[in-house]
Amino acid sequence: MISQFFILSSKGDPLIYKDFRGDTGGRDVAELFYRKLTGLSGDESPVVMHHDDRHFIHIRHSGLYLVATTSENISPFSLLELLSRLATLLGDYCGSLNEGTISRNVALVYELLDEVLDYGYVQTTSMEMLRNFIQTEAVVSKPFSLFDLSSVGLFGAETQQSKVAPSSAASRPVLASRSDQSQKNEVFLDVVERLSVLIASNGSLLKVDVQGEIRLKSFLPSGSEMRIGLTEEFCVGKSELRGYGPGIRVDEVSFHSSVLLEEFESHRILRLQPPQGEAPGLPEVTMRPAPKKPSSQCQTAPSPATRGGQVSGRATGARAVAPTSLDERVAPGRVELACPGKAGTEPSVSPNSSLSQELSGPEQKAELGEGALRWDLPRVQGGSQLSGLFQMDVPGLPGPPGQGPSTSAPLGLGPASLSFELPRHTCSGLQVRFLRLAFRPCGNTNPHKWVRHLSHSDAYVIRI
Amino acid sequence: MPYLGSEDVVKELKKALCNPHVQADRLRYRNVIQRVIRHMTQGLDMSGVFMEMVKASATVDIVQKKLVYLYMCTYAPLKPDLALLAINTLCKDCSDPNPMVRGLALRSMCSLRMPGVQEYIQQPILNGLRDKASYVRRVAVLGCAKMHNLHGDSEVDGALVNELYSLLRDQDPIVVVNCLRSLEEILKQEGGVVINKPIAHHLLNRMPKLDQWGQAEVLNFLLRYQPRSEEELFDILNLLDSFLKSSSPGVVMGATKLFLILAKKFPHVQTDVLVQVKGPLLAACSSESRELCFAALCHVRQILHSLPGHFSSHYKKFFCSYSEPHYIKLQKVEVLCELVNDENVQQVLEELRGYCTDVSADFAQAAIFAIGGIARTYTDQCVQILTELLGLRQEHITT
Repeated sequence: MISQFFILSSKGDPLIYKDFRGDTGGRDVAELFYRKLTGLSGDESPVVMHHDDRHFIHIRHSGLYLVATTSENISPFSLLELLSRLATLLGDYCGSLNEGTISRNVALVYELLDEVLDYGYVQTTSMEMLRNFIQTEAVVSKPFSLFDLSSVGLFGAETQQSKVAPSSAASRPVLASRSDQSQKNEVFLDVVERLSVLIASNGSLLKVDVQGEIRLKSFLPSGSEMRIGLTEEFCVGKSELRGYGPGIRVDEVSFHSSVLLEEFESHRILRLQPPQGEAPGLPEVTMRPAPKKPSSQCQTAPSPATRGGQVSGRATGARAVAPTSLDERVAPGRVELACPGKAGTEPSVSPNSSLSQELSGPEQKAELGEGALRWDLPRVQGGSQLSGLFQMDVPGLPGPPGQGPSTSAPLGLGPASLSFELPRHTCSGLQVRFLRLAFRPCGNTNPHKWVRHLSHSDAYVIRI
Repeated sequence: MPYLGSEDVVKELKKALCNPHVQADRLRYRNVIQRVIRHMTQGLDMSGVFMEMVKASATVDIVQKKLVYLYMCTYAPLKPDLALLAINTLCKDCSDPNPMVRGLALRSMCSLRMPGVQEYIQQPILNGLRDKASYVRRVAVLGCAKMHNLHGDSEVDGALVNELYSLLRDQDPIVVVNCLRSLEEILKQEGGVVINKPIAHHLLNRMPKLDQWGQAEVLNFLLRYQPRSEEELFDILNLLDSFLKSSSPGVVMGATKLFLILAKKFPHVQTDVLVQVKGPLLAACSSESRELCFAALCHVRQILHSLPGHFSSHYKKFFCSYSEPHYIKLQKVEVLCELVNDENVQQVLEELRGYCTDVSADFAQAAIFAIGGIARTYTDQCVQILTELLGLRQEHITT
């Protein structure tokens, strides 16, 4: 049971404030929260805070703070779940969740809050039930239309683009204005995998974690049954064996309770009737120690070269070689390599420090900023090898205790972290074979089905 | 319009609301009212247009009604005498043929926190409790609690309490959960709602129909029920087994808590439960949502206090990632410190050593303290690492 709920922008301005019980504080509680949050010392956690006899619990979503206060002793998991669910609902109703959409749809947000929480108690968060009650329509900044993408070619012919939707195609309000009959019936299915890899300085894999999720966002009328077919060689657990090859092995899978699993055992087909909007989780948690090599390796060889004629400080050099062992077809979109300077070095952006670089490709960029060296590779082709040689002069650097490159990294350089996205590729090999609707929703044209596979690096860290 | 003072804004909106042309055009009227609400949420004092808003509540447009009632609930405590004028419309709406309007009116009336409203809301609430539409019943049930809290220390109405107890058998699941909550608040002086055997069994049977929030709350209420016999206890535990695998972490933790409390006399059952909950907790520790991750880590630490060896084989999950916020990293370091055992001490120490030279001074210090903590049991390796670090001659490390 929560007492108050408010949404703050990233600077602390209250966008929404709702008091459910009228028993504690007033609007100034929002300011109090923000002051406390920014005044926290280093080792205190901001997630749950305590003041007088009130608990503040919040989540950050797209830069906004969604905060709930309570004076009861409730399970933090429930509250955090509620806040996440509210964030999803608001996103579904307003198109996306950010400061702009919230300020445009204030009345809608209050209406939602009224229906979801009564007297601080959760009534319902299901889209099904809420759409009967919510009457206000969302205000979008501009009406969305796929045809805005100039998908019509020069002479009126249809181009490739009609087969591809932009990544923001799914972020429109789920219940668009009721008068809009030409509303497209679409379903967006994402298979997203998050990679979490830690590689030691000698190249061995310390930790590999792959977590996958199947996310479904449906703009079809609720209740349309659909069947999703996954790869048949999908094995759960260590002992299962299917098909003739090594298959796709997953440690653990969990499904939302609304998914029907009768055909899962035999043919790996999921059956469900999703409500409109984001299905509240078809999370498929896969935790698998990947036996194959990681997709890219970064070798940095520190070379404490002293350049002739250098007066100030000591130079440290690093050579980063990034071979990618993927198929040529797969092209990671963008790779960013950040090597932060370790503690004890002077801030790397001081005017005396400079960066000289030799990069193997024209579009790459490397710059020194915020205590880290950032190397942007806008397009990397699988199977290619890229190299960059960096030499940083940082004054006052103590340097390694005089033993040369055989010791561990010079103190100036921290672990390299890569962030990239591999479109159309899943690390586990899981693919969606088909997505079929049981019957066509009445009247409308054939619904569009968009399926996307994506691998995303959560934390890919290589120790130097 | 930031350059206008709030006085001018109020005057302008007042004029707009009184304008008969605006009143005739539904959309324009609604827009003006939306502007009032927007200013209200930005903190401007809009109480000057109360009269006009009261007049605006007599409309067939539901969206407009909602906005007006929202306004009234915010300002009623400030202008109680004017709010009484709105009661008429609210009472009328409580008998509207549309159940949504009935529910809305009842809820707004109960949320008008002002003295003098009691005599008007008693009858609508009683009518609402017996309404055909479940939406209105839900609102009415919580309305009883609101009404009771308004009165402060008045006596508990026995007939009302009995009615609420009987509504526990309602077919709508949300009404049932609301009854529990309402009774809990009304009977707070007496220790809250009483869960006896028939009620407990009824609730357990209804659990599958509830959504995740309802389940979490019912699990909480069931904590106060004492099963009479061992057989009954194990029956209940069997029923609850399925909730340990729920996809909602709130339900899983609620079920775990109930298990641990019910099985107080059976330590092996308790250990069993903690083993079962390991999976979901570890999944939550690597969840995308950082806050959930943090909550899970705190729970892991709690469990490690009573079962030190529990997560030792999964120590790799608690290695810190580069991009995590500092509060999560600190928790992970604490957890690593506590799950050290003979097999994993080497790797854990290696990992912690890596953190000691981290960019963030706070984190590095925490890692050093952790190594110090482990040193009490594994002195040799730790001392070696600490001396190496001393050799680096970095100020914040050596202190």
